[in-house]
Amino acid sequence: MTETQSPLLRVENLQIEGLSEDRWKTIVKGVDLTLGKGEVLGLIGESGAGKSTIGLGAMGYVRDGCRFSSGSVHFDGIELTGADRETRRNLRSTRIAYVAQSAAASFNPAFKLINQHTEFPVRRGVMSREDAQKDAIDLYRQLQLPNPEEIGFRYPHQVSGGQLQRAMTAMAMACRPDLIIFDEPTTALDVTTQIEVLSAIRNIVEEFGTSAIYITHDLAVVAQMADRIMVLRHGAEVESADTATMLNAPQQDYTKSLWAVRSFKAAAKPAVAEGQVPVVSLRNVTAQYPGMSKPVLNDVSIDFHAGRTVAVVGESGSGKSTTARSLMGLLPPVSGNMVLNGAALAPEFRKRSKAELQAVQMIYQMADTALNPKQRIRDIIGRPMTYYRGLKGKQLTEEIRALLRDIELEPDQFINRLPSELSGGQKQRIGIARALAASPRLVICDEVTSALDQLVAEGILRLLDKLQREHDLAYMFITHDISTVRAIADEVVVMQHGRIVEQGAKAQIFTPPHAPYTDLLLSSVPEMDPGWLDRVLAERVAQSA
Amino acid sequence: MNGFLHELGKAPLTAKFGVVVVLLYILVALFAPLLAPFGESEVVGWEYQPWTTENWLGTDSLGRDMATRMIYGARNTIGIALLTTIIAFVVGSTAGFFAAVLQGWVDQLLSRAVDVVISIPTLIFALLLLTIFGASVTSLIGVIALIYATFVYRIARAVAMGIVVMDYVEAAQVRGEGLWWIMRKEILPNAAPPLVAEFGLRFCFVFLTISGLSFLGLGIQPPAADWGSMVRENASLITFGDLTPLIPAAAIGLLTVAVNFIVDWMLHKASGLKT
Amino acid sequence: MHHLLRLFVQRLALGLLTLFVVSLVIFLSIELLPGDVAQQVLGQSATPENLAAFRRELGLDQPAHTRYLAWFGGFLQGDLGNSLISGLPIWDLISERLYNTFFLAGFAALISVPLAVLLGVVSALYRETLLDKSINVATLTAISVPEFFVGYILVWLFAVEFALFPSIANLSEDASLGDRIYRTFLPALTLTLIVTAHMMRMTRASLINLLALPYIEMAQLKGASQRRLIVIHALPNAIAPIVTVIAINLAYLIVGVVIVEVVFVYPGMGQLLVDSVAKRDFTVVQTACLLFAATYILFNLASDLISIASNPRLLHRK
Repeated sequence: MTETQSPLLRVENLQIEGLSEDRWKTIVKGVDLTLGKGEVLGLIGESGAGKSTIGLGAMGYVRDGCRFSSGSVHFDGIELTGADRETRRNLRSTRIAYVAQSAAASFNPAFKLINQHTEFPVRRGVMSREDAQKDAIDLYRQLQLPNPEEIGFRYPHQVSGGQLQRAMTAMAMACRPDLIIFDEPTTALDVTTQIEVLSAIRNIVEEFGTSAIYITHDLAVVAQMADRIMVLRHGAEVESADTATMLNAPQQDYTKSLWAVRSFKAAAKPAVAEGQVPVVSLRNVTAQYPGMSKPVLNDVSIDFHAGRTVAVVGESGSGKSTTARSLMGLLPPVSGNMVLNGAALAPEFRKRSKAELQAVQMIYQMADTALNPKQRIRDIIGRPMTYYRGLKGKQLTEEIRALLRDIELEPDQFINRLPSELSGGQKQRIGIARALAASPRLVICDEVTSALDQLVAEGILRLLDKLQREHDLAYMFITHDISTVRAIADEVVVMQHGRIVEQGAKAQIFTPPHAPYTDLLLSSVPEMDPGWLDRVLAERVAQSA
Repeated sequence: MNGFLHELGKAPLTAKFGVVVVLLYILVALFAPLLAPFGESEVVGWEYQPWTTENWLGTDSLGRDMATRMIYGARNTIGIALLTTIIAFVVGSTAGFFAAVLQGWVDQLLSRAVDVVISIPTLIFALLLLTIFGASVTSLIGVIALIYATFVYRIARAVAMGIVVMDYVEAAQVRGEGLWWIMRKEILPNAAPPLVAEFGLRFCFVFLTISGLSFLGLGIQPPAADWGSMVRENASLITFGDLTPLIPAAAIGLLTVAVNFIVDWMLHKASGLKT
Repeated sequence: MHHLLRLFVQRLALGLLTLFVVSLVIFLSIELLPGDVAQQVLGQSATPENLAAFRRELGLDQPAHTRYLAWFGGFLQGDLGNSLISGLPIWDLISERLYNTFFLAGFAALISVPLAVLLGVVSALYRETLLDKSINVATLTAISVPEFFVGYILVWLFAVEFALFPSIANLSEDASLGDRIYRTFLPALTLTLIVTAHMMRMTRASLINLLALPYIEMAQLKGASQRRLIVIHALPNAIAPIVTVIAINLAYLIVGVVIVEVVFVYPGMGQLLVDSVAKRDFTVVQTACLLFAATYILFNLASDLISIASNPRLLHRK
């Protein structure tokens, strides 16, 4: 879709600085991009790549504490970085619109959706209030929102996340702008919801021939949405090309490494021997939060064997993390029981013996909140060793150093650091080390890679696999990410609404026929193939017909 | 210390001003007997003498040297306010941490009790308690510390609540660590920085409340020199156009402004580091 | 609307409960005294008649709950009991003063509430500009100096140097409204300055918190002007925080009233309270404290009810 006439948007050598600790630091380092009419450009990169800043910069907007330091943004012949407020303001809504990551936080809680929708079409004199309302309802219908006539008259808190995201897309379309910036619009959504929002966005953008900048960190998503992809790193362009070329023949090493991430696969393990006692078992566990009418877990039974990984998958609210909390003794079951090495495990952690507590350890999703920022690595890792194993003095230090080497961090360099002096991946490694320091039998990994960039996550998975083999650990691996499950699981448990939908060996789960929900879940996971979205949608239509 | 001086070098002018003023007050309070030309309640002349080279700020309603009383006042007023604030913080934050970690009925009991105390305006409750216990320095410190401990409790509880939900506290709990460890090793080090800034603010409030009570004649009692009561004792001069009686009040204000400047700077730094 | 009504009733019940508990605390605080209460309160120099009168007045020979019921029951019927020291009915002592105090506090509130909210909005709107920074320094200074300092400075300026207003705010009972306003002008101005400074800073802070929310950025990205941003997008969500700020500041007003009345020798409740504390006139102190506390609790109650009513999440449930 390359245009020969002048492009709609031309960004040249854009530099943006941000104020950090009283000093201006360059966060966007001279980016060039052009966008033709009707073209969709995907901006992709890991956290800190400056994607959002560039997206907002293309609107002539910088956040508080940031400034344009050089370069230019030409939108249809108007230079935006130097334009006065009035000029920039008048372009927004009418010619450039924005769709934010969290629709729930970006709609004003005090007004009905449709009033927020019609605010600018009416103010800018694009149409009358009645026309704007009718048009809003049409857009809601086009975006396949349920009850299009009525949904706009609700308040944001009365509408679900996926629907809000579509309502925000509708709002962006209100004045039929030439350009829409989509800033990670599906990142906060579950995969089964994401696919609906993706198809809705793509259809409407095509329908109106709107140009778009689509920002995401998810390669498979951008493959569906963009005509052209630009890869960013540390605020600068790595490379850019049309989608097919970029996916099939990336030029730069960094891009290749991003593409290659999904290659890791743990070696297959022999099947569990007949009659082998599981390290930990959940038997018909039902759990309920006090004061709630319905149980959050219903009749959950899982066996965890030494040296093997059980992946528990499901979307938010499926009960996968709650299962872990019950296992940890944080949410005692109301019925059913838990077994450790063949003996009953006390339901509540306060009632458990030191040996019982020691046997089950947890690694948390957010390493930032999992490590006490005021304790040094030595103390974070050393404490479980002292507490459970009575290690002291020289022996303790030796053991800490050995463990640091195990998790591939140089002891001399790291032993006296604070968590704030570590990168995200290093923090997660310390989280792993703290769990290992207890010499556990079962380690619960709760979304341990989902807050990390893909390359780093890959390293963590490899490390976990290595440690499992070395220490004969049982893993409970909680995740919403199917590709992670494929990489590391031996057994898979699929959960929905607090129940197990399907469970079994990995090969069995990933081979059809599936339970209907498993099918929906698996088919909703975006693939790198640009034709994936069309294919899945076509299949779904065929099935329902 | 070097780190602090380095930070201070980069601080805004207001913060530097604050630090200098606070240091000056501390020096005056510490070395009051050396600096003061006369004894604390020594009568040196007639009432209401004007400013002279001997009595820099003149004399008060009883013929005592104003400058001397100003210097001793620094020691008494600041000392008592500081002691009161420290007691309020020790009591309030201990209770707040307990409530946050234990939750359940302990939290309910403490929080509801604090709700009741806070629903009575500070000065009014102080007056009520001072009626019962009588106006003496001990009861003043006790009463004000008790009232402000309730404010500290709320803040400390809120801060600790924010820490208790962190995974590292959960990790310590399921490791089997006891209450004492969790309070001392997990909560306290993380709660300390926001509470230090809060200490500055609360000191200002305590200082102003005690000065107010002294001004009303219900705080620090004569013959001890104190800035609040000095204003009250000499207020009649103002109607003759002489502002000398307001010097102690200005001294109170200057210290409070200085502390506020430092707190502002600390809060600004704390919020700036997050982004 | 059914659930909203229930929330209202719940909050109202909680307010009344608080009031009840506070009255208990105020009444029973005298029990905290060790040993013989009468002797403790009246001191060693008390005459036997005084001691007997004290015990009779407080009914110390009866159990605490009987005394409380009698006191609170009388209170509800308008019988506030008698002063311990002078023996006069408390109602006679306070009726005129109560009106004076409400007049002064109301006068100050009437000016300071709109002024503070306006200044708060303006400095949030023009934050980090010279205007905002100067307002910041000025208000910081105003809240840092003691109330009596502000009062005396105004006395010196307006009563001594320029002689525009009286330095002592004595009122005759039949003073006209104009005369009242003239005589209460300086105390009211003192209160206004202090309360406005507090209130304006809090308003600014809560607005700036609000302005950092994603939906405000969204409004900017939709092309809203600064003014529209504040007035249309931020203010409807700021009602609850601003009302809370106002309620908190009415407490400053009450505290401020006590000191300002002493500075200006104003015949109000604060002056009476301070005198009674000095004389340890326990019954009068109890009554005055209960009245001040009740006013404050009612303001907080009102502010909570308004907050509930302005929250779209509570107004329009799923």
